[in-house]
Amino acid sequence: MLRLPPFQYVRPGTLHEAVGILASEGGKAVLMAGGTDLLPRMKHRVAALEVVVAIRALRELRGIWGDPRQGLVIGAASTLAEVCSHPAIRQGYEVLSLAAAQVATPQIRNMGTIGGNLCLDTRCSYYDMPYTWRKAMGFCLKKNGDTCLVAPGSTRCWAVSSSDLAPVLMALDGRVRLVGPRGERVVPVEELYRDDGIRYLNKEPAEILTEVLLPPLDGWKAAYWKVRRRGSFDFPVLSLAVAVRQDEGGHIADARLILGAVRSSPLRVREAEEALRGEKLEPGIMEVVCELASRAARPVENTDFTVLWRKRMVKVFLRRALGTFA
Amino acid sequence: MKEFTWISKPYPRVDAEAKVTGRVRYADDLVLPGMLFCKLLRSHLPHARIRRIDTTRARSLPGVLAVLTGKDLPAHKFGILPTSQDQEALCVEKVRYVGDPVAAVAAIDEWTAEQAVRLIEVEYDPLPSYMTIEDALFKEGEPIHAQGNVHKEVSLEFGDVATGFEEADYIREDIFLYHGSAHLPLEEHAAVASYEPGDLLTVWSSTQVPHYLHRTLSKVLDLPMSRIRVIATPVGGGFGGKSDIFNHEIVVAALAMITGRPVKCTLTREEVFYTLRRHPTLMWVRTGVREDGTITAMHFRAILEGGAYGSYGVATTYYVGALQPITYKIPNYRFEGMRVFTNAPPGGPKRGHGTPQPRFALECHLDKIAEDLGMDPVELRRRNLVAPHTKTVNWLRITSCGLAECLKKVVEASRFHEKHRRLPRGRGVGLAVSGYLSGAGLPIYWNDLPHSQVHLQVDRSGSVTLSCGAIDIGQGSNSVLVYTVCEILGVSPEDVRLIVADTAITPIDLGSYSSRVTFMAGNAALQAAQRMRDLIAAAVAEKLGVPAESLIFQGRQVKVGGGEDRALSWREACEVAEARYGLLSATGTYTPPRLAGPYKGSGVGPSPAYSYSACVAEVQVDEETGVVSVEKIWIAHDIGRALNPLLVLGQVEGSVYMGLGEALMEDLSVRQGVIRVPSMLEYKSPTVKEMPEVEAFLIETVDPEGPFGAKECGQGPLLPVPPAIANAIYDAVRVRIDEVPITPEKVLKALERRRKGEEGRFGPGGFPAIRFKEPIRVAPPSPSSAGRVEPRP
Amino acid sequence: MPRLVRLHVNGQVHEVFTPPHRTLLELLREDLGLTGTKHGCELGECGACTVLVDGRPILACLALAVEVEGAEILTVEGLGRPGNLHPLQEAFMEVGALQCGYCTPGFLLSAKALLDQNPAPSRQEIHEALSGNLCRCTGYLRIVQAVERAAVKAR
Ligand SMILES: Cc1cc2nc3c(=O)[nH]c(=O)nc-3n(C[C@H](O)[C@H](O)[C@H](O)COP(=O)(O)OP(=O)(O)OC[C@H]3O[C@@H](n4cnc5c(N)ncnc54)[C@H](O)[C@@H]3O)c2cc1C
Ligand code: SF4
Ligand code: FES
Ligand code: FES
Repeated sequence: MLRLPPFQYVRPGTLHEAVGILASEGGKAVLMAGGTDLLPRMKHRVAALEVVVAIRALRELRGIWGDPRQGLVIGAASTLAEVCSHPAIRQGYEVLSLAAAQVATPQIRNMGTIGGNLCLDTRCSYYDMPYTWRKAMGFCLKKNGDTCLVAPGSTRCWAVSSSDLAPVLMALDGRVRLVGPRGERVVPVEELYRDDGIRYLNKEPAEILTEVLLPPLDGWKAAYWKVRRRGSFDFPVLSLAVAVRQDEGGHIADARLILGAVRSSPLRVREAEEALRGEKLEPGIMEVVCELASRAARPVENTDFTVLWRKRMVKVFLRRALGTFA
Repeated sequence: MKEFTWISKPYPRVDAEAKVTGRVRYADDLVLPGMLFCKLLRSHLPHARIRRIDTTRARSLPGVLAVLTGKDLPAHKFGILPTSQDQEALCVEKVRYVGDPVAAVAAIDEWTAEQAVRLIEVEYDPLPSYMTIEDALFKEGEPIHAQGNVHKEVSLEFGDVATGFEEADYIREDIFLYHGSAHLPLEEHAAVASYEPGDLLTVWSSTQVPHYLHRTLSKVLDLPMSRIRVIATPVGGGFGGKSDIFNHEIVVAALAMITGRPVKCTLTREEVFYTLRRHPTLMWVRTGVREDGTITAMHFRAILEGGAYGSYGVATTYYVGALQPITYKIPNYRFEGMRVFTNAPPGGPKRGHGTPQPRFALECHLDKIAEDLGMDPVELRRRNLVAPHTKTVNWLRITSCGLAECLKKVVEASRFHEKHRRLPRGRGVGLAVSGYLSGAGLPIYWNDLPHSQVHLQVDRSGSVTLSCGAIDIGQGSNSVLVYTVCEILGVSPEDVRLIVADTAITPIDLGSYSSRVTFMAGNAALQAAQRMRDLIAAAVAEKLGVPAESLIFQGRQVKVGGGEDRALSWREACEVAEARYGLLSATGTYTPPRLAGPYKGSGVGPSPAYSYSACVAEVQVDEETGVVSVEKIWIAHDIGRALNPLLVLGQVEGSVYMGLGEALMEDLSVRQGVIRVPSMLEYKSPTVKEMPEVEAFLIETVDPEGPFGAKECGQGPLLPVPPAIANAIYDAVRVRIDEVPITPEKVLKALERRRKGEEGRFGPGGFPAIRFKEPIRVAPPSPSSAGRVEPRP
Repeated sequence: MPRLVRLHVNGQVHEVFTPPHRTLLELLREDLGLTGTKHGCELGECGACTVLVDGRPILACLALAVEVEGAEILTVEGLGRPGNLHPLQEAFMEVGALQCGYCTPGFLLSAKALLDQNPAPSRQEIHEALSGNLCRCTGYLRIVQAVERAAVKAR
């Protein structure tokens, strides 16, 4: 049986206390919410940490409030199952509930949290493997090694942003509240991420994501498409979140288009959004948009399926996603 | 026909209650006082010479009780087949694949053992590695084994193929590739060993082959078999993946002997991937047919990528060629097969052992021939089906054969003819048939001994102790044994105490592989029960003054038949018999008839009876993505007799499931010498959401050789599934995918080629230019002997 | 540092000294001897270790024992006993929903959580609820049938 390495476990009583522990322990401590991402990595010996700071039970991180007219606040420690089933989300922000329902498995959705999902480590088929396997294959930049096995010679890591919820929350113009030793800030979800497989979050290690904030729906409609091998368990090898606001005549007033799992951060394709503005969803413009998105997506060979296929699927699924609004 | 009480009825499996309450003890569930945990250090290089192993640092880690290397063990190699004794429990000179074990640690807990393993220093001299069939055949350098990289070559010709092709009106050639796949049993392999005073070694293991493990332990540890006891624990899924001898089983035994404490080793999921896999197989087939579709000749070539060790590979190589003639009359048949060594985990038997690969090739190939001839694929097959009670060109004796009925059933149920070539684009149906063994006719080590034995003991309390060396791996052998005995003795399962797979107390059965257990252990149980019944009947008859033949054993009673209503309760009858004869004991054995043909290599393929299946798949293909979804499977299986329909249907459905996985997604590929995705997340096996509706039909042909007429069902129904799906894909979008798994990428590629006006196909481009050795030429059985069925010995 | 945890398992309270890096899976199997909970990967990838925590299915291999302190834990041993089986256990036996039985405890608990919440699930809802459990033997069809049958029985 795979075993966890020994660590110290602390369960702070307040958010403040949690931030304090993270700040004082420096790089030795790590946050754990549901643990469904962290513990497998510890068993693979890619995450080696001395102190685990458990935050799932923190009161400040729990609860879901609001409605589509005022906007929504989702505590970071809400489980994915809670996100799926919460009435306000199911009715108003259905796309978020549907996306959450496609994460992993029912059991994992009962454990994993929305905060953990947003802070999910980037993934790579050379990295999410046991120590012994990585030793045989050769260690890589992201852990224990000094070269990237997907793109040898590269000085950066191309591990893939695999969160199902990040693209959706971006499409819904979500923001997150971060609380750290130097106070708190609210940033758009997009700004949480960097296109770097190792330092994939724009946040300090001691900052805790406490809430996800969604603005009122205000006429936006959104869709999420996830591409993967099986109907369960699997991470996306490509995902598409699209939101549009259409006027009475079906013209697109505004659009947001995000691709997931094509690089180390979710990819917002602004050129495509721009191209959609003022247009009706007709085959011609859809082709243009698909072309733009497809050109922007440059996945590398480090997930299930071949890169070529994943890249080709951008157009196919974007056409289908846009089709839902036509 | 007599009404059965226990046979042919859908009773729950006898171990069902223990399983649904979590009370069955699998190997990893065992805990013994003072037990240590073992971890293996495995090679991280695919091919290298071991220069030096330094265990000093590992030994000095607190909590470590022993560190073992190959040099600490007697210098005996082992291997499941007598001809392939090429493995060491821990490698001494060389490592041959990533995952090959070189050292082992016993420590107070698993974490400590893992730390100690990391402290073992090994210096290697890397050698050039051979990762593909081409590497193995053509790359220069030190071969993997001294004999060279060609492990086995087979070349056989039955009849006269050249003349057969001359007689043909149409000849077609195709090349196919079947990628490797994993067994992926849900239970990770585990073994526990304990060494007790008086030189008694006990090993519990999740093994399909306790008897072979017993023999091997005796050989490699230099201990007489009488000092070793192997207990196979209930197996949490095997599919062939637990049918070999594994390093950890020997290592825990050695460590228990050294430390004097019990030792357990449970493989991690990653390690399970390093045990065995289905052979990746490249195949070329050429068939000649007459205008009316009758086959005149077939030439089949195959190269098996064998991995680093022999395992069952010699047998696998023969199997790739052996069973084509059991479904179709092939008057002239040539088979050339070769297994090569590569630096990858060994290829071994997996559900269908060496036959799903050629079956995929053959059934797709015939579908193409039918298309070329403008013939209905059902009709083409029908024209060529073997007849019951005949012999094939390669001397295999067919007894019962319900293939024609199976074919009819699925064609009708699926409304194949209304759909084939008629469904809207993107949707299609495909057909395939197959046959499989009900147990290998020959044991894997040469002997004339029984293949299965059962012992029954009955005492005055009326309890029946049934012991047999067979192990239940989920297929339901325990239930077959118990229900068979209940049927004959007229008792209930509560009266039977079952003891299985314990070499100290159960009579030998060769193991749970090649679909042999129901057939062979079932026959042995039947014989033992009949003998026990005769014994008790004689005593009761004497006591009651009636003829023994008039007694009926039923409902826990021994009744006087013929209208009389006199009866003894079962317990009374047992008392009478014990008083008369003393301890009541009976044995049953099963030895298959001698069936091998008159040629070298004829030992692989014969079976006392063959099961048959036919399958229709209906699929939907998304032409934009290449994604194939299987909408429904119809499958008919000639089971001989369904001893328990619940168990049989479960086996059929499970086979369909595994065939589906292999057809569409399971791919155990190796990248740079390392298994690409040794994880349950990334090695894709279908979930409940991928499983299509399955309509299964059981065809009962009541085989003369099988227990109550039964034949196998655990492996055969897998075989037609991948080709039926491939053929359905062709029907849906007119592209041929001659390679499994059939991934979306391959489908798209083939569609793209078709759009460009090229051949709409994805598959291997060529077959290596190798000259196989001159074939052994074998005359087919004479027509007069072809219909004869020899009596049981 | 080991600490004392109080666990409510199958209606009984257990106090165990355990280091915090011990998973619920290890604790159930190795400290409490409840080996009915199985494991096939220890990474969240197979569902064999499914148990219920406060009625919800979770993976024991990814839960720290210290994190489920105070919660009501149900394992297969607490589902039903011979002579007093849960309708799901009976249905699994009757329709032949198990072969090697290794995945069975996990499936039973996923199914129990479903039926407790939704006594009359559709086939699609059953598929969804069982989609986090792998079985390599049965092809799932009989498992789904068993859940349907148990649902009818319980009504
Ligand atoms: C088999 C399997 C399949 C999976 N499939 C999917 C999938 O399809 N899609 C998908 O998106 N995910 C998938 N996951 C990943 C994971 O389960 C989910 O993303 C889950 O939501 C993670 O949440 P958690 O609370 O368990 O994270 P944790 O493991 O607790 O944390 C994940 C990371 O985020 C950090 N973190 C957690 N909470 C916070 C916070 N509030 N503030 C700052 N940092 C924080 C942690 O330090 C850690 O580095 C899968 C996991 C497994 C094991
Ligand atoms: S992208 Fe390169 S560096 Fe990053 S995890 Fe994969 S192999 Fe390692
Ligand atoms: S053991 Fe596989 S999911 Fe927990
Ligand atoms: S019954 Fe064997 S894995 Fe499900």
